[in-house]
Amino acid sequence: MALLKTNKVIYCLGNVSPALGVLATRNSSWWSGVQMGPPDPILGVTEAFKRDTNPKKMNLGVGAYRDDQGKPFVLSCVRKAEALIAAKQLDKEYLAIGGLGEFTKACAQLALGADNEVLKSGRSITVQTISGTGSLRIGGNYLARFHAGPHDIYLPKPSWGNHTPIYRDAGLQLKAYRYYDPSTCGFDFKGALEDISKIPEKSIIVLHACAHNPTGVDPKPEQWKEISEVVKKRNLLVFFDMAYQGFASGDIDRDAWAVRYFIEQGHNILLSQSFAKNMGLYGERVGGFTIVCNDAEEAKRVESQLKILIRPIYSNPPMNGARIAATILNTPDLRSIWLEEVHTMANRIIKMREQLVAGLKKNGSTHNWQHVIDQIGMFCFTGLKPEQVERLTKEFSVYMTKDGRISMAGVSSGNVGYLAEGIHAVTK
Amino acid sequence: MSVFSEVPQAAPVAVFKLSQDFANDQFPNKVNLGVGAYRTDEGKPWVLPVVKKVEKIIVHDDRLNHEYLPILGLPEFRSSASKIALGDDSPAIQQDRVGAVQCLGGTGALKMGAEFLRRFYNGNNNTKTPVYVSAPTWENHNAVFSNAGFDDVRPYKYWNPEKRGLDLAGFLGDLENCPEHSIFVLHACAHNPTGTDPTQEQWKQIAEVMMVRKLFAFFDSAYQGFASGNLEKDAWAVRYFVSLGFEMFCAQSFSKNFGLYNERVGNLTIVARDADSLKKVLSQMEKIVRTTWSNPPSQGARIVAVTLNSAELFAEWKDNVKTMADRVLLMRAQLKAKLQALGTPGTWDHITDQIGMFSFTGLNTKQVEYMVKEKHIYLMASGRINMCGLTSKNIDYVAESIHQAVTQVQ
Repeated sequence: MALLKTNKVIYCLGNVSPALGVLATRNSSWWSGVQMGPPDPILGVTEAFKRDTNPKKMNLGVGAYRDDQGKPFVLSCVRKAEALIAAKQLDKEYLAIGGLGEFTKACAQLALGADNEVLKSGRSITVQTISGTGSLRIGGNYLARFHAGPHDIYLPKPSWGNHTPIYRDAGLQLKAYRYYDPSTCGFDFKGALEDISKIPEKSIIVLHACAHNPTGVDPKPEQWKEISEVVKKRNLLVFFDMAYQGFASGDIDRDAWAVRYFIEQGHNILLSQSFAKNMGLYGERVGGFTIVCNDAEEAKRVESQLKILIRPIYSNPPMNGARIAATILNTPDLRSIWLEEVHTMANRIIKMREQLVAGLKKNGSTHNWQHVIDQIGMFCFTGLKPEQVERLTKEFSVYMTKDGRISMAGVSSGNVGYLAEGIHAVTK
Repeated sequence: MSVFSEVPQAAPVAVFKLSQDFANDQFPNKVNLGVGAYRTDEGKPWVLPVVKKVEKIIVHDDRLNHEYLPILGLPEFRSSASKIALGDDSPAIQQDRVGAVQCLGGTGALKMGAEFLRRFYNGNNNTKTPVYVSAPTWENHNAVFSNAGFDDVRPYKYWNPEKRGLDLAGFLGDLENCPEHSIFVLHACAHNPTGTDPTQEQWKQIAEVMMVRKLFAFFDSAYQGFASGNLEKDAWAVRYFVSLGFEMFCAQSFSKNFGLYNERVGNLTIVARDADSLKKVLSQMEKIVRTTWSNPPSQGARIVAVTLNSAELFAEWKDNVKTMADRVLLMRAQLKAKLQALGTPGTWDHITDQIGMFSFTGLNTKQVEYMVKEKHIYLMASGRINMCGLTSKNIDYVAESIHQAVTQVQ
């Protein structure tokens, strides 16, 4: 019998402790073949920054907002909401799989506008997700399982670094369409339209709703209209990623314009929303995923399938952040304060853009830095080449991603001059 | 023409549908013995006093904000949570071969472990490696592993309905005969749904076969502290396996023992052979986390970390856990006593032999239907009841109803 044989092996090889004997029967780890994974390109920047001892160091990597003192900013509407919530002495019972109802409703209204026909007819479903990443992943998983068209998802070139592995892990095939024009540091409108017009029917196309990450380059309304036409002609399924509503222009309705326009034009879109940046709720993981359907009946079927997808990943979402977001969105006073604070954050970034360009001119830079001001949102695609980025990091302790992207949120009036010096030094 | 016109309506998740039906029921004496969440003797959810205390501490700490946690989670949480499972003085921890990933509840921890195993265990992307889950098991186990890409999720013999206990011979038989390197999902304690755990001697036999057959131990620990009221006792099986030198995973949930259900606090503890392997495993875990949720939610993990890292709060927590476990033990004792007093046919020892939140009553589907429809007592079709749903006020009604179900419905 196998069991008897085992005993013999153990007691032969073991010394005093059977445990040692057991360990000796297998020499290698299950994981000896596992490769060391590379550090995350974006989050890895922060790790490297932390290790740097230069007092002038700057972290322009991850897109987390900082105030003008370079400190994380907890919005006062968040603190007020937390106080209100604490006073209610709520229990901690599981949320439904689809999340907190007051949150998902408010989340959809924020994106679509409270009086949107889609919401009135009940022909959409919004589920609470683990911030933007979780939303994109659920969307990807949903498409991999249910999308009747090609499982090719088209990202703008370039796109947020994490889009590719998210959609790949969800089971989709990654493709791209032209988007950023490095020669102008602006939108390659012609290239985008050309590429989109060639995408096979029923493929999926990802559009950044506003404040494109990493380039900060957004289509103008007229350009969005043409994009919508081509997308319609090609019968593509639109997946909007809106991680910066409010952060782009400072105005939440203006930033949602493209999303609302597309819906008006008849696109039944998928939409991912994040409240990490615009409410500063980063670590609370607050997001939403919406699918606009043909009618309420279809929305119910789709909802049931989303739940089936979510349950084996994390069962149901975390309450804390969603409760804060819902309280802010649904309490008029807090909502007003929030809108002001979003406006303030967006304005500070706009100001830093202006100061950076002014600083570069002052240093004598002869390059055209207009794109720094034209670009929108948290990020700036400086146009710096990898070698220049490397120098900026090594010589000036300015940390950013290799693609030349800087998070303007990490720039303050105290260090914008130093940054201008550094950028000038590596580009002159 | 909608791209989604062919999307079929999915069946609702049974346990949540049960709660919904209960909520909609107007019957004044209705009882919810479905979902596994603790209830006080007043039938109310219970936010642990220590949790309330810690939440106040957190809200008044100006140094805290809502910034992103690292991908793998809050370091103080991960290490203290692993210590809870493996013991403060665990040699494996001292040898730097224990790591952890903060996850969204126990489900999230199972998910991360499953995704990792599918990619890297028994070859690369070997979706054919069999994953064994107990018969019966928590219903979500199947979906977690199959959605992670495993093609072959199978049951291992566990519950013997005739003797209402562990089918050890069947279990060992499956361990002996399964393909080498199969993955086994083991319930660390308070087996869900049966409440039936192997004894220490039985665990020793299980471990021995698993070692010889080179099987992977993936523990699911959702009820540590809840089973016996004692953290160390409830972690015995996990620690025993570690002491034998297993490389293994342990998915921990703090939903029940901290009452933090909706904060989604979980931890995947990883025991590797050596520090080097561990580092590689964690680096790959980061990539899996990054495409699923990027980084985990901070609130719940912070509450647990603050509690576990303070001697005073830790003691208070253990006390709160014992309060919950003791109430469950009391309800078990009283339910059995009442059924025996009523002369309900059958033996009812299993109610007090079984451990943790749940009891597998042995009621058949017809009897369960009777309980739900006629008596407005909600329990799972399997006959599983949540002992926490019993209170001093409803226990007589439940006992009488069980009696009626057993005597009138076959």
